[in-house]
Amino acid sequence: MTESSAITPEQVEHLASLSRIAMSEDELKSLAGDLSTILGNVARVNEVAGDDVPATSHPIPLTNVMRADVVGETLSSEQALASAPAAEDDKFLVPQILGEE
Amino acid sequence: MTELTNKSALELAAGLKSGEFSSVDVTQAHLDRIASTEDDFNSFITVTDELALETAKAVDAKRSAGEDLHTLAGVPVALKDLVVTEGTRTTAGSKMLENWVPPYESTVHNKVKAAGLPVLGKTNLDEFAMGSTTEHSAFGNTRNPWNLDHVPGGSSGGAAAALAGFQAPLSVGTDTGGSVRQPAAFTGTVGVKPTYGSISRFGIIAMASSLDQVGPMGRSVADAAALHELLAGHDPLDSTSLPDEVGGFLNAAQTSELKGKKLGVIKQLAGEGYQDGVRTAFTAALETAAAAGAEIVEVDCPSISYALDAYYLIMPSEVSSNLARYDGMRYGLRVEPESGPVTAETVMSATRAAGFGDEVKRRIILGTYALSAGYYDAYYGSAQKIRTLVQNDFAKAFAACDVLVSPTTPTTALKFGAEKAADPMALYLGDVATIPANLAGIPGLSLPAGLAEGLPVGFQILAPAREDVKLYEVAGPLEAALESAGGRVLDTLAEGLNAK
Repeated sequence: MTESSAITPEQVEHLASLSRIAMSEDELKSLAGDLSTILGNVARVNEVAGDDVPATSHPIPLTNVMRADVVGETLSSEQALASAPAAEDDKFLVPQILGEE
Repeated sequence: MTELTNKSALELAAGLKSGEFSSVDVTQAHLDRIASTEDDFNSFITVTDELALETAKAVDAKRSAGEDLHTLAGVPVALKDLVVTEGTRTTAGSKMLENWVPPYESTVHNKVKAAGLPVLGKTNLDEFAMGSTTEHSAFGNTRNPWNLDHVPGGSSGGAAAALAGFQAPLSVGTDTGGSVRQPAAFTGTVGVKPTYGSISRFGIIAMASSLDQVGPMGRSVADAAALHELLAGHDPLDSTSLPDEVGGFLNAAQTSELKGKKLGVIKQLAGEGYQDGVRTAFTAALETAAAAGAEIVEVDCPSISYALDAYYLIMPSEVSSNLARYDGMRYGLRVEPESGPVTAETVMSATRAAGFGDEVKRRIILGTYALSAGYYDAYYGSAQKIRTLVQNDFAKAFAACDVLVSPTTPTTALKFGAEKAADPMALYLGDVATIPANLAGIPGLSLPAGLAEGLPVGFQILAPAREDVKLYEVAGPLEAALESAGGRVLDTLAEGLNAK
């Protein structure tokens, strides 16, 4: 494993924050170890293919998959809200999304 | 075990057609079997007995009225709990969706309903299909009917255990890196990963979108082929769905010969790291195939050595992106933080901390890292290039033979807890033979090839993309040859279960 692929708990904390997952100190430490191991094993992907090899994003690419521009079936707002953790006035009710006024 | 639960799906279909028994008889027999064995196996998260019997009754009535029915009408099926079912809770094996009742229907369930197959229930899986033991389910472990101390494989572990435990004659699973083929191998059943895009994923909870594929599972090649024909086909609701005509699988499975078929043994997937018993059973199956007239050649696919590495960058990257939707806002779990301000952001973090299990978190974090600025080209970009190399290797190999073959897994079913003892990479290695097909989008099938120390061994067949029929052209006659040489693998288990 190269030095650069060793992951610190501080890095995991940043990644967890980007991923919006609250984590304890123990989790951060344990994940830092796991990630270092995994990345140490897979880091060699870098050395295999040269610049001349194109990347494949989809195994069988299809292009311009469109449907006709007509009104189709859709969920009613009642159906869409049926599994909502909270709803009010026919809308999703979410916690505060902007800073204090 | 009753006689009805012992029958194959096609035997049940024939008996239903001739009026030997009704779909209510068949469905009730399987529900009874589930009720008496679930304490042992835990294959199901939700059993939908009322719905199943309702469908069975309706099909019986249509049959009495002389209506034209699908071949599999009245034959029960189990769906992996990653398949969305309108009105029936769909959990993905996660606390995040523990109480989610979908407001829409998946294409897979629509097809199953239209053909009149009673759905017995939703089977257990590793959370969001991430894992290869079913130990990552939030709904407890599924145990392998062959030996309750062993895992059934995963992530479609419940689907495979339901088949091997004679709880269901047919199962629908999903395969992102081997999640249909590996549990099939571990339970002595048949599992198919079709060509990428050949079965609609509309209403299949997404894990890694460039790899995920729905797969039919059964206790025989012909049963899996019949289910495959029912599920496959173009769906305008899925933009990755192939606009191909598909079919002929059952006919291919039942009428093909091994004579003249060229089987390419993948050099990189046969040697080091494989359990002795697995290698022995695989070699014996090759000898049986050769005796039946198949030609065995060795093929070289050097890039396959890097497939696992590429997979463990591409898959978590797509996971981190796909699972961003579980934010506690519109559906699923919502958890407020224990202390501090309650804002959308802190609620998301608390929800995702409580709703996701350790393996899912591990993959989200790994994917977030691989997609980070500064690392993207080195990790994700390089992994996608390896994907091209793997495709090129397969194209070259298929020019020299009809299908490629290997053991499905390096070992037979592991004992529970093996994972905790090892580092994560050691367990990921179990997917080494199945992952290349997902990276390249080609179809693969696992069928049983004998036992090693009392547990089933899987034999994997790979075919070129969009030529799934070639899987069945080899698997059908190979299954027949193996059974006439050594008996049916699952009969050993059936005898054991009957003796209990």
